[in-house]
Amino acid sequence: MVTISGVNKHFGNLHALKDIDLTVDDGEVVVLIGPSGSGKSTLCRTINRLETVDSGSITVNGKPLPAEGRALANLRADVGMVFQHFNLFAHLTVLQNITLGPIKVRRTPKAQAETRARQLLERVGLAEKADAYPSQLSGGQQQRVAIARGLAMDPKLMMFDEPTSALDPEMINEVLDVMQDLAREGMTMVVVTHEMGFARRAANRVVFMADGQIVEVAPPDEFFDDPKTERAQDFLSKVMTH
Amino acid sequence: MFDNFELMAEALLEGARVTVVVTLASYAIALAIGMLLVVMSVSPAAPARWAANAYTQLFRNIPLLAVLFVMYFGLPSIGIETTSWGVGLVGLGMYTGAFVGETLRSGINSIPLGQAEAARSIGLTFGQSLQTVILPQAVRVVIPPLGSLLIALVKNSALVLAVGVTELTAMSRRLIEDDQSRFDLWGVIIGVTVSYLVIAFVLSYLVRLAERRAAFVR
Repeated sequence: MVTISGVNKHFGNLHALKDIDLTVDDGEVVVLIGPSGSGKSTLCRTINRLETVDSGSITVNGKPLPAEGRALANLRADVGMVFQHFNLFAHLTVLQNITLGPIKVRRTPKAQAETRARQLLERVGLAEKADAYPSQLSGGQQQRVAIARGLAMDPKLMMFDEPTSALDPEMINEVLDVMQDLAREGMTMVVVTHEMGFARRAANRVVFMADGQIVEVAPPDEFFDDPKTERAQDFLSKVMTH
Repeated sequence: MFDNFELMAEALLEGARVTVVVTLASYAIALAIGMLLVVMSVSPAAPARWAANAYTQLFRNIPLLAVLFVMYFGLPSIGIETTSWGVGLVGLGMYTGAFVGETLRSGINSIPLGQAEAARSIGLTFGQSLQTVILPQAVRVVIPPLGSLLIALVKNSALVLAVGVTELTAMSRRLIEDDQSRFDLWGVIIGVTVSYLVIAFVLSYLVRLAERRAAFVR
């Protein structure tokens, strides 16, 4: 589904991504973890070209990432993205947030797009919020709407960039539950998160990053129970103690 | 003080009518130019950004009166026929358009980057993102400053008297300089002041209405 090879990225003097190689197979759930500033969000954002890369190649579905224009827009339509800060369209209702893409990009008739949007809202447990505005929802509710907005495009791949990092603790699980259902249904997913429990339960593979490099890749049980690298051991000892 | 009041009122009303027409027509031109400028200035194509910036710098940094004179006297000298009204409307419109463009741009900059990223990530093109996500939100932010530009334009419109359009200020001067001295100086001054205030207050009220209608829950 996604092949990343030899990718490098700089922000000024900071070498944010160093020779990254990673593939994500169809139906696979890959969870990126690592300390802040390790490059995991940046890596995630390069996959739909919200960040450009300095060198290396990225292919999605066998096709190299287009540079700009309509071809890139078409690719992005197939790759759902969920952001840390939800980024729901502030001037549109929940229903309009979800139907905008299908109507404008897929040319789905409005009535059909709305029927589908209501089904998706039902699925994320927010059927009664269709006519609310984003600011009237809690963070957890906004994030579930954002997931529904991504799913409305029938994406081949869903990416989650720290989807629970901006949420109050009691709202984290409602979002993780939706994500876990998705994973169980076979959605291909790339998830950047600090939720180690989610990584252990839902991931097929855990990718551990530090200082812009991929340090360790392993199935979750192996990674959490028996991390091979010192960097990963150190990281886990800091995040798993409480 | 208000000698020949009816005659004066009639003349000032005609001048006020011209001022309102000049203001609204040139504002429409300015909005169109400003919209074009802002689309160019946030476009991914560098030449479009340069062109927009050059236009803005040029028209923002030349006095309005100079713009009007250059167009009124300069264009005929290179074979382009002009009229007073044409130069008045287009000159005011092009000058104000530069300010409208900058106002719209600051409105766009006030929209969080995440909105544009979310728009792009569901597959909207650059144009679609602007049209459906960014501009509708930016417009709400810029209604008050666009209103200020409109009020400034009411007053700037007096300058078109220099190229021969008889608007409110030109009309009051005619009354003051009336060869039969039928009108009192202070009567005319009060009359013209009240006329400008009424126009500005009505337009401010309309801007307020627009502001209220465009408000949304944040």
